[in-house]
Amino acid sequence: MLEIKHLRKSFGQLVAVDDVSFSVDRGQLVGLLGPNGAGKTTTVSMIAALLTPEKGEVLVGGARLSGDTDPKKRKIGLVPQDLALYDELSARANLRFFGALYNLSGATLEKAIAAAMDLVGLSERLSDLVKTYSGGMKRRLNLAAGLLHDPDILLLDEPTVGVDPQSRNAIFENLELLKSRGKALLYTTHYMEEVERLADRIVVMDHGKVIADDTLPGLQSLVAVAGGKATLESVFLTLTGRSLRD
Amino acid sequence: MALIPLFAMVVKDLQLFFSDKRSVIVSFVVPIAIASFFGSIFSGPSRNSEPAKIAVAVIDQDGSPISKGIVAGVQADKNFKVTTPTEGEARDAVRRGRLAAAVIVPKGFGEAAGNAFFGNGEKPPLNVVFDPSRSTEKAMVSGIMTQHVMEAVSKEMFGGAQGRAVIERTLPQIQGSTMPDDQKRALMEMLASVQRFYNQPATPGGQAGGAPRGITMPYTVHEEAMTAGSNIAYNGYAHSFGGMAIQFLLFAMANMGVEMLLERQRGLWKRLRSAPVSRLTLLAGKAASGTIVSLMILLVCFAFAMIVFSVRIQGSVLGFLAIAVACAMMASTFGLLVAALGNSPATARGITTLAVLMMVMLGGAWVPSFIFPAWLQQFTLAVPVRWAVDGLDAMTWRGIGLSGAVLPTVVLLGFTVAFSAVAATRFRWEEA
Repeated sequence: MLEIKHLRKSFGQLVAVDDVSFSVDRGQLVGLLGPNGAGKTTTVSMIAALLTPEKGEVLVGGARLSGDTDPKKRKIGLVPQDLALYDELSARANLRFFGALYNLSGATLEKAIAAAMDLVGLSERLSDLVKTYSGGMKRRLNLAAGLLHDPDILLLDEPTVGVDPQSRNAIFENLELLKSRGKALLYTTHYMEEVERLADRIVVMDHGKVIADDTLPGLQSLVAVAGGKATLESVFLTLTGRSLRD
Repeated sequence: MALIPLFAMVVKDLQLFFSDKRSVIVSFVVPIAIASFFGSIFSGPSRNSEPAKIAVAVIDQDGSPISKGIVAGVQADKNFKVTTPTEGEARDAVRRGRLAAAVIVPKGFGEAAGNAFFGNGEKPPLNVVFDPSRSTEKAMVSGIMTQHVMEAVSKEMFGGAQGRAVIERTLPQIQGSTMPDDQKRALMEMLASVQRFYNQPATPGGQAGGAPRGITMPYTVHEEAMTAGSNIAYNGYAHSFGGMAIQFLLFAMANMGVEMLLERQRGLWKRLRSAPVSRLTLLAGKAASGTIVSLMILLVCFAFAMIVFSVRIQGSVLGFLAIAVACAMMASTFGLLVAALGNSPATARGITTLAVLMMVMLGGAWVPSFIFPAWLQQFTLAVPVRWAVDGLDAMTWRGIGLSGAVLPTVVLLGFTVAFSAVAATRFRWEEA
């Protein structure tokens, strides 16, 4: 569904992403892991067309993504790390606006809003101002905003930062439901246990490059542990080292 | 251009603007309040009220007929509000700012002034104590005092006892002087004529020949304000409401630019840029909502001025609307410029506040630009506010027709195009 081929992006002298390639299939959740500054967010930004790659290409359903108004952008939904919502507006006003960006209007838009809010369990709070929401509710609304136009591919950039276990669990259930509906999900996070629970495949990046791309058992087999399996965290530290990152 | 996203952006921005009560108050109520205040100052007195008077004190330490004449003249002057305290009280009142000036007529002033009027006597000082922060009023006091002193001295010298005594004393002095004969003869003939004038029988009013004695102002001034028509008085509220509305719509649009930077900080532009919406649509949506808000500020301010202060569009209504729309578009694209050039919301807010204040000051929004030096007046042609203010003045109290709106409208649209071009090329489109 989503193919990333040889992406490269630099900022001045810094090469943020260098020859990155991987793919996400329909009904699959791929975890994108890496220490700070590894190039995860830059990669996601290029996939979402927020940044223009210097080299390489992003293929959506086999077709190259290009240009601001490329209709294939409708197939991608972005759930940014920031709570990208207007606090002073109601959830309905927020979703009407974000839906209209994808040319949704009228009954179609209202139906999409109802479905997205139902999925994240916020239907009862549709008319409330976002500033009255708790942190966990805002995270769920952030997810709903990315789902409004029913994208085939969902890019999730650390979608559970700062939420309580209940909200995190609710988001996981949402993602598992979406996966079962055939959506392709790319999920970046620093929480290893989330990837262990959700991911079908794991891509590990460091210094702008992909250093591993495998299933959880495949990655665990890279690290020998006496009397059992290695944890994902130990695998991650083995791959990326223990030195602190800025 | 996709209309659904464009319309959605406009609706969203208007919802956000009106959800912020502080913004609404600052944009609509504050300009009306300030413009009302400035308008009351610059409108001058109304038809039914007296002009503001200059508070002065007069201290007569002389007590002569001339000094009494000066005091009477000053007290009768419509430009002054006169008190007669002691010198100490007057100096204290000036120092405290309660009086603009105090005029002290020193002892011996009348006699010395009379001697100096015809002859070579030493000119006595008239002491004026003034508040240095009110130098304009001091200049007016000095000018008006000249009139009253000349009238009082000449009246006494051409008809009073002091004048007769001076002439009787002066004639022998001239006779024995070393002055050239022709000059001596001419001066003595003039004084002799004055003496004959004194000897004519006085009228019941006390004046020889029925005419007032002494030197009086030899002219009167007919003043005519050039406004939209001979029966239409100047309405200072028209200028103040135009100026303040422009100032606050610029503030509102600068704030819109800062809000765009804040939206970027909060990740909202990631959502906007990830959607299949063109850059043109995104900027046009912002520009359209900004234009609507700006136009509302301008029209609400003028509507208030029309209802409460009887401001009228004496020129072309179409011209007024054209300038208003062009001004709103200019301000809106100024907001885009702020968003394009600003590095962070905090620095952008500080710099744009300064920029807006400079533009409105130089553009004549606070005080008319004609008070500026000539070079500065030329410079302000590069300031869009100048064109907006002059254009609105032309369409309101100056009463100039549609032709007067063409140039300001074209220039304001030119600024709109320039601001848009810079904003589009300098806007940071990539979201890392």
